[in-house]
Amino acid sequence: MKIKASTIYCFGNNIDTDQIYPGRYLELTDHAEIGRHAMEGADPDFPRRFKKGGIIVAGSNFGCGSSREHAVITLKNIGVAAVLAKSFARIFYRNCINLALPAVMIPELDSFGLREGQLIDLDLAEGTLATGDKIFRFVPLPHDILELIEKGGVFALYKTPEAG
Amino acid sequence: MYDKIRNNSQSLHHEPLLLLNWHDNCWFIVMHAIEKILAQASGKTHVSAGEIVTAEIDVAEVNDLYLQVVQSFYELGGTRVKFPDRTTFVFDHYSPAPTIKAADNHRKMREFCHAMGIEALFDIGKGVCHQVLIEHGFVSPGSLVVETDSHTTTLGALGAFGTGVGATDMALILRNGSLWFRVPEVMKIVIDGEPGPGVMAKDLILHIIGTLKQDCAIYKCVEFAGSTVSALPVEERLVLCNMSVEMGAKTAYIQPDDKTWDYLAQFGVRQARRSVITDPDFHYPEEYHFDAHAIEPSLALPGSVDNLAPVQEAEGIHVDQVFIGTCTGGRLNDIATAARILQGKKVAEGTRLIIIPASEEVFRQALARGYVQTLLESGAVFSTPGCGPCLGAHEGVIASGETCLTTSSRNFPGRMGSNDARIYVVSPATAAVSALFGTITDPRQVLPS
Repeated sequence: MKIKASTIYCFGNNIDTDQIYPGRYLELTDHAEIGRHAMEGADPDFPRRFKKGGIIVAGSNFGCGSSREHAVITLKNIGVAAVLAKSFARIFYRNCINLALPAVMIPELDSFGLREGQLIDLDLAEGTLATGDKIFRFVPLPHDILELIEKGGVFALYKTPEAG
Repeated sequence: MYDKIRNNSQSLHHEPLLLLNWHDNCWFIVMHAIEKILAQASGKTHVSAGEIVTAEIDVAEVNDLYLQVVQSFYELGGTRVKFPDRTTFVFDHYSPAPTIKAADNHRKMREFCHAMGIEALFDIGKGVCHQVLIEHGFVSPGSLVVETDSHTTTLGALGAFGTGVGATDMALILRNGSLWFRVPEVMKIVIDGEPGPGVMAKDLILHIIGTLKQDCAIYKCVEFAGSTVSALPVEERLVLCNMSVEMGAKTAYIQPDDKTWDYLAQFGVRQARRSVITDPDFHYPEEYHFDAHAIEPSLALPGSVDNLAPVQEAEGIHVDQVFIGTCTGGRLNDIATAARILQGKKVAEGTRLIIIPASEEVFRQALARGYVQTLLESGAVFSTPGCGPCLGAHEGVIASGETCLTTSSRNFPGRMGSNDARIYVVSPATAAVSALFGTITDPRQVLPS
């Protein structure tokens, strides 16, 4: 799974789900509508300045706080291609896998020296991140999880209605 | 303030360490109580940290933030809920419905429960999901309870394995009756000593989170032990486990004792779902010790829960709104504390005090004991049991530039309303005393030392 020439958007540590998707929009259920408020709590301008296909780069504990799945739905629907972080909060991480948003834990992310607005190439299966003149390596997601993400998430496992 | 005893925690990719114990003429694998719960729920004789298991869920709960559960259920090809009698719905986050959209979500969820034969639908005003499940006998030691709410860790105070999930994971539980889990490492926090005057469980946990930081327990189980924890009433133990999610915990645990059973008996629970106890030789990869006597009334400064400061340091700051409520700080003990402090006194002019009991049952008991009358006379405003303004949805959201003191658990930017409001997380005692003076005030100012 490869992502080419994608713009990165940088955030700090402990970006909680209220910053990813503020509580005042939790009653929304339409995914396109949910997508209009991505990262608004951290940066009210984000939905306007974000270019579809961009990648979020963050510090530790990304997605902490509430279990709201809206946090993943909003990122997917605004067109975030992947989230790279030093670590993830567990419910957010599970939600990402289920909904097929690649969330890659890279503990050594700081040493890559990535900057806001930089263009990168990402190879999720190989575990490489290229910035033009440099290539960095990371531990890729397990094969099964990548395959699940490529198929569109956990829904792909249950395409046919259950029997009985 | 704390001693770290050991830290040789293993990373995700290492082989788990298995310890064997000779007992009754055979070798047993040493396990923690929560490992035994996951093992038994997944039909295994043993599990160890790092292993992935598929476990059958004893109780599943969906709250009213999550119409997405119903949407995902149908997208997953679901036609009937596998165990309707193990499934509950609680309307707490938007209770009663503040908007047409929220009302519409409630209506669709009621229809879903009716169609699927789910009888345990706790409609508006019954309270916050965790408290409701406890009070209606759904939680017993050794049970595996999954809810669409991160604060499900609360249930660990009763010896249950409680954990939160998102909507699609919950839809999978409704469809299949089971879900995969990674067996967590157990981090032990030992608290000893007698807390000083004005120090509640909330101060202890704020101090612990502020010391160890909010990502210290990602994916782990946090166990609380020690003489302080044994001496705490169950309502206060629930606060410790509730807030362990603010350290990243997947679940929390306190070994049940006589107090646990006395507490559960009032809700008709007299039997463990699984009788489990941690093996004596169990090895904790991480263990931290805290001295309760050295912990002062504490608060989390605006922005994040681990932004720890003694209440004394913030004294004198004007407070626009005080909120006493939620699954963290809205139980009977919390309301009783506020009533004792405000008895015969008035909330300061220029400060609003909103009190929302964690459940209808808490509300009834607070009424019966006269706390509600006392607090109304002091100028407090009461609202329907549920989550209230904790998540910024309704019943007291805060304006730009305002300062709010809350007994809830989170003060992320924008959590309770405007991004430009300042939220301090405090104990019920600090909240009530600060409402009295209209400024942040150390509860020791009015409590006998």
